[in-house]
Amino acid sequence: MMSIADLKSGQKATITDISSETIPLKLLEMGCLPGNAVEVIKIAKIKDPLYLNINDTFLAIRLETARDILVKLIEE
Amino acid sequence: MMRQINVALVGNPNTGKTSVFNNLTGLNQKVGNYPGITVEKKEGVAKLNRVLKAHIIDLPGTYSLNASSLDENIVIELLLNKNDKDYPDVVVVVSDVENLKRNLLLFTQIKDLGIPTILAINMADRMERKGISLDVPKLEKQLKTKIALISARKKTGFDKLKTLITNYKQLSTEACCNASRVDTEYFGNLKKTFPNQNTYKLWLVITQDVNFGNLDRNQIKNKAKSFEPKSDSELKRLQQKEIIARYTFINDTLKSTMTKDINMAKGLRASLDRLLMHRIWGYLIFAVILLLIFQVIYDWVAYPMDFIDESFAHFSEWTRNTLPEGQFTKLIAEGIIPGIGGIVIFIPQIAFLFFFISILEESGYMSRVVFLTDKIMKKFGLSGKSIVPLVSGTACAIPAVMASRNIENWKERLITILVIPFTTCSARLPVYLIIIALVIPDKSFLGVNYQGLVLLLLYFIGFGMAVFSAWLLHKVMKTSHKTYFVVEMPNYKMPIAKNVLITVLDKTKSFVFGAGKIILAISIILWVLASYGPNEKFKNAENIVKTEVKTENLVLTPEELDTKISSYKLRHSYIGYMGKGIEPVVQPLGYDWKIGIAVISSFARREVFVGTLATIYSVGNENEETIKKRMSKEVNPVFGGKLFNLASGISLLLFYAFAMQCMSTLAVVRRETNTWKWPILQLVFMTSFAYIVSLIAYQILK
Repeated sequence: MMSIADLKSGQKATITDISSETIPLKLLEMGCLPGNAVEVIKIAKIKDPLYLNINDTFLAIRLETARDILVKLIEE
Repeated sequence: MMRQINVALVGNPNTGKTSVFNNLTGLNQKVGNYPGITVEKKEGVAKLNRVLKAHIIDLPGTYSLNASSLDENIVIELLLNKNDKDYPDVVVVVSDVENLKRNLLLFTQIKDLGIPTILAINMADRMERKGISLDVPKLEKQLKTKIALISARKKTGFDKLKTLITNYKQLSTEACCNASRVDTEYFGNLKKTFPNQNTYKLWLVITQDVNFGNLDRNQIKNKAKSFEPKSDSELKRLQQKEIIARYTFINDTLKSTMTKDINMAKGLRASLDRLLMHRIWGYLIFAVILLLIFQVIYDWVAYPMDFIDESFAHFSEWTRNTLPEGQFTKLIAEGIIPGIGGIVIFIPQIAFLFFFISILEESGYMSRVVFLTDKIMKKFGLSGKSIVPLVSGTACAIPAVMASRNIENWKERLITILVIPFTTCSARLPVYLIIIALVIPDKSFLGVNYQGLVLLLLYFIGFGMAVFSAWLLHKVMKTSHKTYFVVEMPNYKMPIAKNVLITVLDKTKSFVFGAGKIILAISIILWVLASYGPNEKFKNAENIVKTEVKTENLVLTPEELDTKISSYKLRHSYIGYMGKGIEPVVQPLGYDWKIGIAVISSFARREVFVGTLATIYSVGNENEETIKKRMSKEVNPVFGGKLFNLASGISLLLFYAFAMQCMSTLAVVRRETNTWKWPILQLVFMTSFAYIVSLIAYQILK
C-alpha cells in the first residue's frame, strides 16, 4: 500500500482509498476522491507541504494528510 | 418607482468573483460588517433597466456549503435564513471555466436549496487558448438553469448576465442533483417530520454549526434524532457520500457538454512555480518583495506624509490668525485640525500597503508564500496562512486580526490573533520616527544609517516577539482539534487595476471612518482636558504668576512671562493633575508627567502619542515651533538635562514596541474570539512585559 506521501516529485497516481475519519471534508470537495488522478508537482523543503494536482485542482496539503490518501502508481 | 431585488454573488475563491462584483457595481458599492460579526460585507447597486435595480451582495469565497471557516459560515447563514433582509431573490454562482468541475459542486448545492440560481462562467476569453469548448444549451438543460459566459477582464457578457438577473422569475428552482439520494430513508423521514421545510436546508442545519433566524438548530436536531439517530461519524460519512454523488453527477454532465484539449494547458504556471517556489530562489524573491514594500512604505511615503503634516500645521496657524479669538477658535485650531491631521497622515501608508497586498493576492502569489512558509510557521504553532495576517499587521492589527478568519484550525487562528499586535503596525511609526530622530544620531557607519538601523531593529524585535509568543502559546495550549491545511494554488493572473484601486479605496475609507473617529474624539477630549482646570489656580494663572514674578523681583521678557503662565496653566489643568497622578508609575521608566499623559492617552491608539505631546506643548507654548524642536528642548524635571535622551528614548521605543496600546484591537479580538478572556490576557501580558523591558532598559542606560 502506498500513499501520496510516498510519491516522488513528478509522479502520477490514482487515488484508491481515503481515510474517511481523518481527511477533512474540504479536501473531498476539492476533488480528492477515489478514482481521481493525482500528480505530485513539487515537494517543499523537508517534504512538507506537498504541492499536488488532484483532478485538475492545484493544492497544497501537509505531509500528515498526504499519508491518509492511498494511491496506486500510474506506470508511464 | 424603482423596484429593487437582492442578488447574492457566490463562488469559489479565485474565480474572479470580486471583479464580477466590481464590474456590476462600479464605485456604487460600500463596505460594512455583517451584523454582530466583523467579516467585511461588500454590497453595491447595479441598475438593470429603467424600473429594476439589483442590490448585490458579494459573499466571501467558499468551496461548498459545508463551512469550515467563519467566512464560509456567512454564506450559509444568508442562504438559509429567509427572514434576513438580504436573503437573495436570485443567486449568481461565479465559476472559472478552467475549474468548472469543482465550481459546479457549490452550484448543485445551492440549486438544492430551491433558490433561483444563475451560473456565470468567468474567464470565457481563455477558453480558446486553453482548448476548452462548451455546449452551453445542453449544459443549461442538464443543470436546469441559465448560463452567462463572461469575462471580467475583457468586460464581456455582462449585458447577458444582467438580462438573466432581470428575468430571474423564469428560472427553474428545481434541484439538478438531489442529495436525498444518498440515504433515501433518512431524508424521507426528514421530509415527513418537517413537511414545510426544504430537506437539503434541514440537512445543512443538522450538519453545520450555524445559527440563524427562526430555525432552531437544536430542535431540528432533536426531532431528527427521534426517528433515526445518526452519530457524528455517520453524519460525516453521509456528507462524504453526498460529495461523491454530486461529483458523479457533475462528471456525467460535463462529459457530454465539455471537451478539453489537455495538451493546451500548463506552460506559464509551471515555469513561474519553478522559480517562485524554488527552495532558495523562492525565499530570496519573497524577501526582496518584502524589502521593496517596506522601502516604499517607510521611505518614499515620507514625502507625502511630510507634506500633509506641514499643510495641517499651516492650516491650523491660518485658522488661529483668521477666525475671531476665543475658545471656539482654539478648539478648532488646537483640537480639531491637529486631530484630523493625525488621521490623514496615515492615508499614504495604509493605501500603499493595501496596494501591494492586493496585488500579491490578485496575482496568485500569496498562495505560493503560504506554501513556502507553512513548514516554518507550523513549528511555532502557526500556519502558512498566518503569514498574510502577520504581514498585514505591519499596516494595522485590526484588518490583520480579521484576515485570520480563513485559518480553519481554531488553535492556529487563536494564536495568530493573539500575537498579531506584536508586529509593528503603522501606528507605532510616528512614535518611533520622532523618538529616533530625537535620541539616535543621524550618522552612518559603512553607509548604514543608525536611525534606519534602529527602525529596522524595532521591526525585527516586534516580529521576533510575535513568533516567540506564538511558540510559547503553542506549547502551553492544549487542544483536541486536529490541524489541517488545504490551500488552493490558483493560476497566475495579471492583477486588474480596477480591483486593486477599489481595495485600496475601501481599506483607506474604513480606516478613516473607523479608527479616524476614535482618534479625532480623543484629540478633542485631550484638548478640553488641557484647556480647563478644576480649580481657581487655572483661572487666575496670569495673576498668580505675575504676583510671583513681582515678589521674587524677576526680570522677564514678555515672551518668557507668557511661557511661564502657559506652563503654570498646563500644570493646573485637568490633564496636568492626571499626569501628576501617574508620575510615580512612569518615573522609573525615565518619563515625566507629560510623557505619562501621552502614554495614557495613547492607550486608545498609539499614534495619539505624538498628537498628545503636540497638544500639550502647543497649549503650553504658543510659539510655532515644530514639535520635534520643542521636544528636544524639554528638560527632565527631576534630574535636569535633556528629557529625551538615549536612555528615556530607548525605554519609550521598547514600551511602544511591546505594549498593547490599542483599544480598537482589543475590541476586535473580543469579537473574533467571542470572549473577554483573550483580549484581557493580551492586554495584561503585553503591557506588563513592555513595562518590565522598558524599566530594565532605562535603569541600565541612564
